[in-house]
Amino acid sequence: MLSIRQLQRPGLGPIDLEVPSGKCACISGPSGAGKSLLLRAIADLDPNTGTLMLDNIGRSHMPAPVWRSRVGYVPAEPAWWETTPAAHFGDVTAATETAIRLGLSKDNMEQSMDTLSTGERQRLALARALELSPRVLMLDEPTSALDEDSTRLVESEIGRVLGRGVAVLLVTHSDSQTARLADMRYTMQPGGILT
Amino acid sequence: MTEGAGYITLGYLDVALAALLLCINAALSFSLNLGLGRKILIAGARMAVQLLIVGLVLKALFVSVSPWLTALATLVMIGFAGYEARARQETRFHGFWSWGLGAGSMAFAALVVTSFALSTAIRPDPWYHPQYAIPLLGMILGNAMTGVALGLERLLSVVYRERRSIEARLLCGAPIQTALQGGVRESVRAGMIPTINAMAAAGLVSLPGMMTGQILAGVEPFEAVKYQLLIMFLITGGTAIGLGAAVLGGAKLLSDDRHRLRLDRIYTRS
Repeated sequence: MLSIRQLQRPGLGPIDLEVPSGKCACISGPSGAGKSLLLRAIADLDPNTGTLMLDNIGRSHMPAPVWRSRVGYVPAEPAWWETTPAAHFGDVTAATETAIRLGLSKDNMEQSMDTLSTGERQRLALARALELSPRVLMLDEPTSALDEDSTRLVESEIGRVLGRGVAVLLVTHSDSQTARLADMRYTMQPGGILT
Repeated sequence: MTEGAGYITLGYLDVALAALLLCINAALSFSLNLGLGRKILIAGARMAVQLLIVGLVLKALFVSVSPWLTALATLVMIGFAGYEARARQETRFHGFWSWGLGAGSMAFAALVVTSFALSTAIRPDPWYHPQYAIPLLGMILGNAMTGVALGLERLLSVVYRERRSIEARLLCGAPIQTALQGGVRESVRAGMIPTINAMAAAGLVSLPGMMTGQILAGVEPFEAVKYQLLIMFLITGGTAIGLGAAVLGGAKLLSDDRHRLRLDRIYTRS
């Protein structure tokens, strides 16, 4: 379970939020309200204050790299540092299986990053986050560049992850996606207040 | 020109004649509308004034042979080197560190390498004799300054440009040191290249300035070569130490204890 108390940073909060294991919390709200800031703050990418607990262990008691391995975050525009997707994975075979479930091909794994579409990169970023077997998965508009079929595949993978007891925090602008996946619904108001 | 003790001394008229070339450059610039004429004249006048003042200061230092005055001159040189290194950076740290990181790294490198040279190869009496300490420090500091400025500029610009992929590595559980490794390597390479190129070209493409100066001053060429070799080794060592300290210090300032990328600590002038 991810538990957040009084999370604050400039332009955000204070935020209180709990996402139990195996549940999906969907956050919607206007652009610029602070949804991505919230996910960045939870991932501890920006300086912030508050009490965050993962399965009853405080974030401050965990080295940041360990926290980020357990609380996975896929940004809206994921970035890469190697020339092919395969080079970003430790276990390429397992990653390829995940990629195939997400509607990608084996060849995509060896393709140059520059030649992949935005939608392909989005799905590969999800596979990359899943490789770490996180306890919490935060997704920032993971299907914004996908067609309907690919969206269903991603949602089905999210369902698998939820089935394994992972808590999912999903930022989405799609009401239908929220209806399909959400156990809890929140709206981010301008100024970074969650209701 | 007059014959001195083993070398030909220059009169002010001789120097003024050479300065005519600068005036011709400026005149050409004005006639071709290059927009460089004013800059050439100001830079030339500034250099002449600076060097004449330095000449007077060195003359006084060499006469007094005071450790305190030598230390004061050292501090002033380090302060200016820090200012100059800062001025060459388009992307800088906020506040004190925009000056302090470069100046501190250069001070550390120059003091270590100058002390090493004074206590081993040159051994003047007293060890801080300004006739040796100040020119050595100046050459090491000047070259370290180029390396440090290039290295820091590259580090900050690369990290800013690659910020998203650096954070992507952090999100995969990498420590900040690993995420910044590529930028650190690239910056050290960028900072060392001018020094390595200068070593590679020395003698073949150009006769280094110090060696040329010594030969003109009547020193036997092979003695001048030995001094030049010593200086080149010291410069390379000093640049590497200063650059290493600056880039590693810069990487430290760009991160915090929660392995975050702290771009809020830098700004770009443009």
